[in-house]
Amino acid sequence: MIDRVIDSRGLDSFDLRFIGLVAIILSVGVLSIYSVTHSQDTSFPFYLKQLVWILLGTVAFLVMYLSDYHKIARLAYPTYAVILIMLAVVLFMGKSSRGAQRWIPIGPFAFQPSEFAKLVLVLVLANYYSRAPRVGWLPRVVLPGLIVLPGLLLILKQPDLGSGLSFLAVYAAMLLMVGVRSKALGIILLLSVMLFPFVWEMVWASLHDYQRERVMAFVDPDYDPGGKGYHALQSRIAIGSGELAGKGLYGGTQSQLKFLPEGHTDFVFAVYAEEWGFVGVLVLLALFIALIWVSLEIAARAKDTLGALLAAGIVAMLCFCVVVNIGMTAGMFPIVGIPLPLVSYGGSATIMTMASLGLLLNVKRRRLTLFY
Amino acid sequence: MATAGFNDSELLDLQRRLVILRVGLLLVVGLLALRLWHLQIREGPYYRDLSENNRTRSVVLEPARGLIFDRNGLLLANNVPSFALYVTLEDVKDRAALVGQLASLLSLDPELIQKKLSIGKGSKLQPRKIKDRLTLREATLIESHRLDLPGVMIQVESQRNYPAGDVAAHLLGYVGEVSADQLEKPDFADLHQGSIVGQYGVEKWFDRQVRGRAGQKSVEVDALGHEKRAIVSDKPVAGDDLYLTIDARLQKIAEDLLGEESGAIVALDPTNGDVLAMASRPGFDPNVLSKELTNKQWVEIVQNERRPLNNRATQGQYPPGSTFKVIMAAAALESNTVTPSTMVRCNGGYQFGNRLFRDWKQGGHGSVDLNEALIHSCDVYFYTVGQRMGIDTIAEYAKQFGLGQETGVELPSERVGIVPSTAWKQKARNQPWYPGETISAAIGQGYVTVTPLQMASVIGTVANDGVAVKPRLVQAVMNRATGERAEFPPAVRGKVAVKPATITLIKEALADVVTKGTATRAKSSLVTIGGKTGTAQTAALRTGPEKDIPKKFRDHAWFVAFAPVEAPRIAVAVLAEHMGHGGSAAAPLAKDVIEAYVKAYPQVLQGNPSGRRAKSAAAAVGTGPNL
Repeated sequence: MIDRVIDSRGLDSFDLRFIGLVAIILSVGVLSIYSVTHSQDTSFPFYLKQLVWILLGTVAFLVMYLSDYHKIARLAYPTYAVILIMLAVVLFMGKSSRGAQRWIPIGPFAFQPSEFAKLVLVLVLANYYSRAPRVGWLPRVVLPGLIVLPGLLLILKQPDLGSGLSFLAVYAAMLLMVGVRSKALGIILLLSVMLFPFVWEMVWASLHDYQRERVMAFVDPDYDPGGKGYHALQSRIAIGSGELAGKGLYGGTQSQLKFLPEGHTDFVFAVYAEEWGFVGVLVLLALFIALIWVSLEIAARAKDTLGALLAAGIVAMLCFCVVVNIGMTAGMFPIVGIPLPLVSYGGSATIMTMASLGLLLNVKRRRLTLFY
Repeated sequence: MATAGFNDSELLDLQRRLVILRVGLLLVVGLLALRLWHLQIREGPYYRDLSENNRTRSVVLEPARGLIFDRNGLLLANNVPSFALYVTLEDVKDRAALVGQLASLLSLDPELIQKKLSIGKGSKLQPRKIKDRLTLREATLIESHRLDLPGVMIQVESQRNYPAGDVAAHLLGYVGEVSADQLEKPDFADLHQGSIVGQYGVEKWFDRQVRGRAGQKSVEVDALGHEKRAIVSDKPVAGDDLYLTIDARLQKIAEDLLGEESGAIVALDPTNGDVLAMASRPGFDPNVLSKELTNKQWVEIVQNERRPLNNRATQGQYPPGSTFKVIMAAAALESNTVTPSTMVRCNGGYQFGNRLFRDWKQGGHGSVDLNEALIHSCDVYFYTVGQRMGIDTIAEYAKQFGLGQETGVELPSERVGIVPSTAWKQKARNQPWYPGETISAAIGQGYVTVTPLQMASVIGTVANDGVAVKPRLVQAVMNRATGERAEFPPAVRGKVAVKPATITLIKEALADVVTKGTATRAKSSLVTIGGKTGTAQTAALRTGPEKDIPKKFRDHAWFVAFAPVEAPRIAVAVLAEHMGHGGSAAAPLAKDVIEAYVKAYPQVLQGNPSGRRAKSAAAAVGTGPNL
């Protein structure tokens, strides 16, 4: 009854701001994808496909937005079970690409379960912690860890280091949120996230080339089959050569001439940075900060623990992907396959991210039922 | 709220923790921004340079070599389009694999490819030529494997072509890639690995004129080294065209006259030194030699016993035999050793110490004067006068006629032969001159050696009344762009110190050689010919009749001639290796060349020196292929 009243108010200015940010970032993505791939001669170009994914993502967004998130959370365990089965299926009969098995072919498209696994993990952990006993290492850390483990192992087996790390990030963020009482853990986590780039740079710089190649090969062999850090270098050249104002739309020689691999997927940020320069980069970073800020606002004002944890988990996942993707294209981190949310081309990732954002806005919407 | 899980205060606590996330996020995004500032602003220009290098390759545009024509404008060397394969190392991901692929696709030696890839100083961005003259099939094969061959480029270039095949091969020469050694020299400073330069003949001698100047284009390539866009920044300049003095048809006739035999025929215009024909057999096809040859092919050519690469006209050194008597006659008269009426008794031999020097004619010629000695090629007469003159006088006159030195013809590696003298023997052999050796030298045997071109020049000098003209191969050079034609004027080398009366006597005697002497087989119904036969001995021991001697020990046949006797316009030297007597083997060939020439240029029979060139060109056009 009350819900219906609230619903009738429609979208408020906060919602519009949120949706507006999402739409702008999605547009940046489509534009960049178009820029890299427009010269390819295909009947169904990537930017059009991405628009289809966004359309499907919008459906996912609405579904997640309009359902009661409590009901969605109740489906968390069965969904997780289904995802685990799919991850197992991928290992045996999945489609290989770049040396990894990550996809289940569905008609002309390929479905990547590990992307959806991230969101499902957020649901599972939020659901778990919202009901779990409040004290003790076992229920707080070990049991949820055991929940995370099978999915993590299956994903790492593919291998999909990026999704695996996202999994860990979600778990870590949840631990932080539920306040594992040892403040040390939180501090260590925070510090390690902050210090990671510097430590990495120091260690990285001190290595010989061949050692780096080995590290790279170990970290993610499929990304650099020829070794020699070719992709990482080309990505740095793309970003750096954009300088302050960029080379303009379609002007990115690195990406247009295909020096930059995966220009429309994991390295789309480098394409954007080459074409729009540091100015464009600051604008995009600002857009992401704004979106995350608004999302954190939702988490902070959630009416219940489940909602807060869901929102926090989603934000943490989003943050992690944004930071690691930009960090790896900028040469701060080793290259792991993590797409830039809402910008990189990819069906599973786009739909999953938009579904997550729908869930996020759902949490905010339910908050209203409490106060009004 | 839920019975399990968090209570409200804990919810508040949880929400407070979000602050950590916010602070952490700002910090990390700040770090990202700092990193990007570093990349794009601080190191931006550096990366901008890298990206430019990434995408642009500077490709050399080979110039078209100048064309080569004969004296009548007949095309002898031009350029046809062909495919050349280049590799840019920068774009090659796996060098060993690429070498393997190219080796199998083009059936090349992998080592050769490796060598070509590592030759020269240029950077990795400089494309290196691996192979030219790809067949259409090879080019298509490479193009169809293009995606698997990063860094490989097929470039259309102009390729040297000799439409007449092996005609005038020694003269034209051939082209080839500039060698690593050549690249070090200042003459080749503006070239690069893969540049084509003349390696033989006029192609080499006039390379600077014919070569042209390379241009350059910047090619934007994609990550696979495939050309996307090209900007020509510097157009190549075509080389200058050469107009040779030879008449290609006369050249062909001369070559066909030698046929499968080894030898040389040189025909000059004695009045201006124009080389009308310069045939050397066996020959080669310069189209083949201008290609990249495998080691095996090279070895086959170089080790060929008949040495087809040798230009016998300028590099073959043979004893002149009795043709030397022309110089001997001049020397004997000018040194006052004899007068025209001095008689020498020839009994068929000349006794010197305990050795008998035979005359070629058993029983001898009886009493002969200089005229008769030349007509019948009496050896004893020249033994006698040679002995009287001494070797150094002989050498002095031989040098005056141009022996023992380069004629100066525009061909590389010209040989000079030997004019023996006491000083020469001391220097070359560290031995004193023995008087007996003078006797051999007097009839053009022993140490004396000459090239056919030198002998043509000698007989030309006689024909031209003692005025020696430098033989020349190129009439003019034409600048392709401006159409400007720079003529090369004839160069008089000097006048031999021989009285006109002496020359007249010799010329008359040489005319008689053809009418009633040793060279009656050179007698022509078309034109008066003067000449001198010669037989150059190759082996000291001779037993039995000629036909029983293995061919490689048989004598070389010589004939030097000029025509028309009254106002000579052509001087010819024929050398036929191992063909026996000059009168029977060489004289008919000279006659055929001379007849062909006067048929093609009938105005030479009128002996009118004015308007000569214009008429001769017009006449040549009108002459049928029966020339």
